[in-house]
Formats: sequence, structure tokens, C-alpha cells
Amino acid sequence: MARTISVEVVYRGIFQKTLAKNICRGIVLAARKEGKIGIAFGRYGDSPERNGIPAKNFAIVAPDEETLQLSMAQYEPAESDITIAVDDTLCKGVESWAWYGLQPINEKIREGGTLVVTSTLPAGEIVKFCHTKAHPYRLAVIPGIPSFSGLWVYKDDHTDVRILGALPKVCPDLVSLDAMLAAIKDEWKSDLKVTSARRSYEQTTTRTVGPGEGNPEVPYKFDLPGWTRMREGVTIEGMKLGEPIQFGGQVGGYRPQRNPYFKKYTTRTMRPVIDFDKCIKCTLCWLQCPDSCFDVMPDQTYDLNAEACCGCGVCEAVCPVDGCITMVNESAFTDNKSQWEMWKTNKDAYRQWVAEKIGCRPERSHGFRYKGQYEEQVASMGAASGGGQGGGE
Amino acid sequence: MDAETATAVTVAAAEQEALISGSEAVAVASRLADVDVITAYPIRPYDTMMQYVAKQIANGEQDAEYIVAESEHSQFEIAKHASAVGARALCGSSGVGWCYAFEAIAVTPALRLPLLAMVGNRALDDPGAFGTEHNDALAARDLGWMHVWVDTAQEALDVTLIAYRVAEDRRVFLPCAISTDGAFLTHSQALVKIPPRAWVDEFLPRYDRGDLRFHPDNPITIAPQVNEDWLMEIRRQTDQAMRNARGVLEEAYRDFRRIFNRDYGNPFFEEYYTDDAEIVLVGMGTLSMPVKVVIRKLRAEGQRVGFVRVRWFRPFDYERLGGLLSRFQAVGVVDRDFSMGSPYNSGVLANEIRATLYGQPKQPPVVSFITGLGGREVTIPNVREMFEHTRKAAETGASPRDTLWIGVRA
Ligand code: SF4
Ligand code: SF4
Repeated sequence: MARTISVEVVYRGIFQKTLAKNICRGIVLAARKEGKIGIAFGRYGDSPERNGIPAKNFAIVAPDEETLQLSMAQYEPAESDITIAVDDTLCKGVESWAWYGLQPINEKIREGGTLVVTSTLPAGEIVKFCHTKAHPYRLAVIPGIPSFSGLWVYKDDHTDVRILGALPKVCPDLVSLDAMLAAIKDEWKSDLKVTSARRSYEQTTTRTVGPGEGNPEVPYKFDLPGWTRMREGVTIEGMKLGEPIQFGGQVGGYRPQRNPYFKKYTTRTMRPVIDFDKCIKCTLCWLQCPDSCFDVMPDQTYDLNAEACCGCGVCEAVCPVDGCITMVNESAFTDNKSQWEMWKTNKDAYRQWVAEKIGCRPERSHGFRYKGQYEEQVASMGAASGGGQGGGE
Repeated sequence: MDAETATAVTVAAAEQEALISGSEAVAVASRLADVDVITAYPIRPYDTMMQYVAKQIANGEQDAEYIVAESEHSQFEIAKHASAVGARALCGSSGVGWCYAFEAIAVTPALRLPLLAMVGNRALDDPGAFGTEHNDALAARDLGWMHVWVDTAQEALDVTLIAYRVAEDRRVFLPCAISTDGAFLTHSQALVKIPPRAWVDEFLPRYDRGDLRFHPDNPITIAPQVNEDWLMEIRRQTDQAMRNARGVLEEAYRDFRRIFNRDYGNPFFEEYYTDDAEIVLVGMGTLSMPVKVVIRKLRAEGQRVGFVRVRWFRPFDYERLGGLLSRFQAVGVVDRDFSMGSPYNSGVLANEIRATLYGQPKQPPVVSFITGLGGREVTIPNVREMFEHTRKAAETGASPRDTLWIGVRA
């Protein structure tokens, strides 16, 4: 019996906007080939279209128009049959809007539903990022690095059709492979894309994630107050002053208060790793970080508050010491612990940890600028642009 | 205080008479209320107020930050921000100038900023019609601004003081627009009693913004981004503030009567010869003048006619006004505004009155009129004509299905 099927695509604002839209359009157009009806829509708002912020697109497919209306004029369906994370670091959870707290990536997945992730990591590693769920669901990994593009350009690396091709496999009720391939052919007029989709269908495998499997952390959240309890005048309390830091016998430095309602670390695809042995205490990271993520430590070094960091890479770019701050792929981490405390506690272990992290998934996959980006770009342009017309010196 | 000093205070506190216009009366009230920040941008006819403020400051009579902005939009924004830090603020405009400030106007109520704006009512013109029409102020009628229409310079002064008291009450904290008919009030000087500062000080407490004050000692963020999870609650808060304003207005008028010895009766609307009236006209602003003249003439001819002048349009006293109007045999509503394509093709006030009467057990016929647009005079024959139409409705017991335009060339 035909039923309504909801697909949620969680993506990174700007960089994956077109990708998410393409996937949702493809689903609805494919379902149409089988006489079903559907809608594709974005989670309307402002923040979701900022760089890297987790955002959502949806496709709903229903047997007929009246059934579909049950899912219309909504921001999000209550449950999903398929949730697609087009970047594996999104599996750590999303703060798609300020004020929601942290939503686990699998929050909406119904029992027996599927989480589809594009990643080069093995499924077992991805499950560690995902918050535990009381009921079982399935995980499908489509091998590949996350596809990031810019605001005005779309990187057509076939990620869209590879995901679309996998869907008939993970949820045959949604649409048949034939209908999906026919829709892809119609929409993109490309046999190559059809081939990519078919190959993805053949290669995709899924595994079951059992109840209680995954990250046991309880995601932060809070209640929305009623109008009688809310502050009036559209005001919120300002941040209180911060406090000195205590560690072991040492007291000193300064840790500012930070917004407890919107931590925004889910915006991050890379995170700074600090080699404290190299730090010359120049203050630049602390000064230049646009989100005030650094705490002043009792020894005048600067520790990253990983709950506040959105991963922009500015600190790496401004740090004057080679190899002192290095941006590392977020998928190399499973917690937000203090790096400084690790260093203070056991310097050798920390040094080993730093080397390991920097060696782990070194690819620069996201759309933010990073140190050396322009040098690399200029070099890749070849001799024609490298000649220089100087003569000033 | 012993008897002797008490007498001295009373003598020193005697009111003085001055010949000033309605806009100048608002300016004088701003001096008496010791307004902290006054923002200005010239547009006729509101500019008569800002000019008078400038003069008072230049003469050393008034002490206020007087900021001439580069547009109405900035003018209202500056007043908003001044109000947020705890300054008593005043601004104002007319016609399309008021519309140009609309972005600021629209968001002021939810931010609960109790600034005052004088609206020198002016047609929403392109080709330079300076005359009065109420559509400028009415464009903001649904947004959480309190709106009051005055009909004399004296009332303009008194209401400005009352409006500060109500707006700045913690239970309210809403902005208030004081509408004064262009030309007829803004440009005509009349004798006005100017109360002494001591009375005003007794009547009007300091503006205390409390926990909403934007100040380093009270660190808050104002207007963070909200989404659909928050805005409805914010609207409900503004709605509650407007509801609260009804009671606070009553309190303020009661105190005003005690301290200033001027009695406005029901704060929300003025009744003129309504006690034994069979039919009445209802309207706002200086329209009251020709209507009152005609009423006296018709009464001399033995006709039992009356007038109800709506003062406070927001909040609207629908309970008492509905109860009053349902007593009459017919009600004629005079709009100096329009609402093109609305039910009965009437103006804004007429449909408010229809809605007000709907909840009443007895509903007299309602006749709606549009007249006096673009500053056209409402003449004695115009008013007579409106009473005649209203009388006819009383006789037939039926409301006309359409609105009558009075004083328009066919
Ligand atoms: S990457 Fe560095 S500069 Fe950017 S938010 Fe994180 S700590 Fe701050
Ligand atoms: S910028 Fe680099 S060297 Fe300077 S304080 Fe930060 S980590 Fe240390």
C-alpha cells in the first residue's frame, strides 16, 4: 500500500545548498514518474543560508494530493523515512536555528528508517558520532568526500545523483530504480549521471544501528518559555562577565561567558589543533577569532573553547608560528575537550595526540578559506599566471 | 508644609494663558514634561512643532537633545534608541513622511519603547496636498501604537502629558501617536492654559525603564533574531500591554483631573448632547467644531441630535462606546479617511463602529460618510446633510448598503 514518505536532507548552508535542492527535486520528479505526487522545500529562514550552518531541505512523496496536504505548510515533517547527511561531520548533530539546542542527526528517523551519509569513513566510525536512539534504524554510507561548493557556483561531482541512485535501494517504497534513472535523465540530460546513479545503487550497502548504539551524550536543549514568562521588549539578558580559570593549583587567566542557547559548533567542519609548545603568546588568535573562542589560560597561552568554535580558520591564518595552529577535519574528533588541559596533564601524550590528529584526514574539504589556499590556487593555475610582472624590486 | 508655604505654592502655580497652535501646544508640553531627546525632520504641517521646540531651546526655556535627522526613517530610529536607554523621547511627522519612517514605526511597539510622536495629519499626497486626512496615522493602527485624536490645542497639550504617563507606565510601555488635524489644529493658534511645572512633576513620574533599560549596568541584548518559535509570544505580550493601557488611561485621566482641575469625562470619547439624543454623528478630530455648531442649531429647531467624538482610537473602548451607541435610533459615522474596497466602501472608523455595535443586543442603523478629504472643509451644510441622512435611517430603521461621500463634486 502506498504511503507518505518523508526525506530530510541535512546540508551545510551556502556550500551545499544547490546539492540539497537537487536531491529533493530529483526525489519528487522520480516519484512523479510512478504517478505519485510530492513537494520539495527548504527549511525557510535566515541563518540556514549562512556559511556552513546546518540547514535542511525536504522531499515528501505521497500517493495522492489530499494525503500530501497533511505534510504541507509545515517547516519540517515530524518524522523522516530517510535522513541524508551530505557531510559526515553533520552526524554530530545540528543547530539548524539558534534557540533549538542540539538536534541529533537521527532525531527524526522513524523505526526502520535510514540515515544516508556521504563519507570516506567506515560505518562504525560514523555511528560513534550519532546520538543513540531507542529504536533501531539503518545506516547507508555512500563513499566519497563531502561535496562543497560556493555561493554562486555548483561543483557538479555527481554527488546529487549518487545519493539519488542509492535511495531506491535503501527505501524501495519511495521509488523504483527505473523511475529514478528516468527522472535523472530528464532533469540533467546526461547519460553519465544516469551511470553514476546506477553504480551507486549497486554499491550501496546498509547496516543496522541497534538501540543504544552510538554517542550516549544527552544533547543540550531547553524549553521555550510562554509569553507570560518571557522577558518583554524582545530583550534577552546580556552575557555576564567571565571568570578566572582554575587548574590544579593554578588560578588565573580569563574565560568569558558564552551563549548557552546556541553554541554553534555544529557549523564546524574543521577544528584548530594547537601545539602549545610552539605558542609564543602573541595574543593574535585570541584577538582575531570572530567568535571569541579562546580562553586566556593561567600561563598566558590561549586554549580553544571547542563548543564555541565555528571552524572558520582565522586563528590558523593569523598565528605567526609555523605549525602552531593547524585546522584538522572535524571527523577526527569525538568530543570538545580542552586541549590545554590535555597538554598540562601529559605533554608527551598531547604531542602524540597532536601529530595523530594532524595526520588524520588532512584534506581541506570545506568552503572556508584556509591558510595557503591562495598559494595553492595560484600554483595550480600554471606558469601563465605565475610569471609576475613585477620589476618594482 | 505649613499653611503659608502651601499658599505660596498655589499662587506660584497658577496657570498661564498663551496663544499657541496645536503643534505648539505639543512642543510646550514637551518642555513641561522635560523630554530628554527630541528628533526632528521637517514636513508640513508637523514641522510647526519642531520649529517651536527649536525656539524654546534657543530661548533657553527648554533643555533637550534636539536632533535633526536626515530623514524621517532616522528620526524615528533615533527616538527609538533614545527611548531604549531610558530617555523620554519625542518625534513626529506627517503624511508620507510618517510612511517613510514606517520600518521604525512598525517595530517600536514590540520593543516596548514608549516614545511619543505627533502626527500632523496630512493627506498621503504625491502632488502636494498639505490638508488633513487621517490615513497617515491610521496606516499604523494595527501595530501596537496607541492612537489619540485631539480637537483643540488645549487637548493637544493635556493629552501629551497624559500620553507620556500612560506610555511610560511599566504595565504599558507602548508608543503613542498624537494626531492633530493639519491646518485646523497645527496652524491655528488658540488660547491655551499652560500649567505650572510643579503640577506636571506631580502628575508625571520619571521614566523608569527598569530591567529593560539598555545600559552598561543592565547588560541586555535588544531585538535578537527571532523565528516562528518566538514571535507569536512577543505579539501576545504587546497585545497584553495594549489591553493594560485601558485601565492605565483611566487612572491617568483621574489623576489629571485631580491635579490640573480639568475634567475630560470618559477618556476614550467625548459626548456632546447625547443624553436625550435620538440620532448622533461619530467622528474624530476637529470635525467636532462644525458638528457642534450644527447640533446647537438643530436643537434650537427642536431636533434631538448629538455627537460622539472618539479620542482614543487605540486602545478602543468598544464596551462603553458600543453600549452608548446602541441606545440611539441611528448612528452616522464621519470618516476623514478612506479604506478603498472595504465593507460598505466606508472609511476606517465606520467599520470599527459597525464591529463595536455587533456585540450589542440592540443595533441601530449605521450610516457611513466620507468627507473632508485632503483638508477640504467640512461645512455647516455638509453636517446638516449628514444629520438628514442619519435621521432618514432612523425613520426607516435600515442601514444604507453603501457609504455616502459628502462635499465631493459630482
Ligand atoms: S576556527 Fe579559530 S578563529 Fe575560527 S571560530 Fe574557531 S577558534 Fe575562532
Ligand atoms: S596566535 Fe599562535 S602563537 Fe599567538 S598566541 Fe595564538 S597560538 Fe600562540
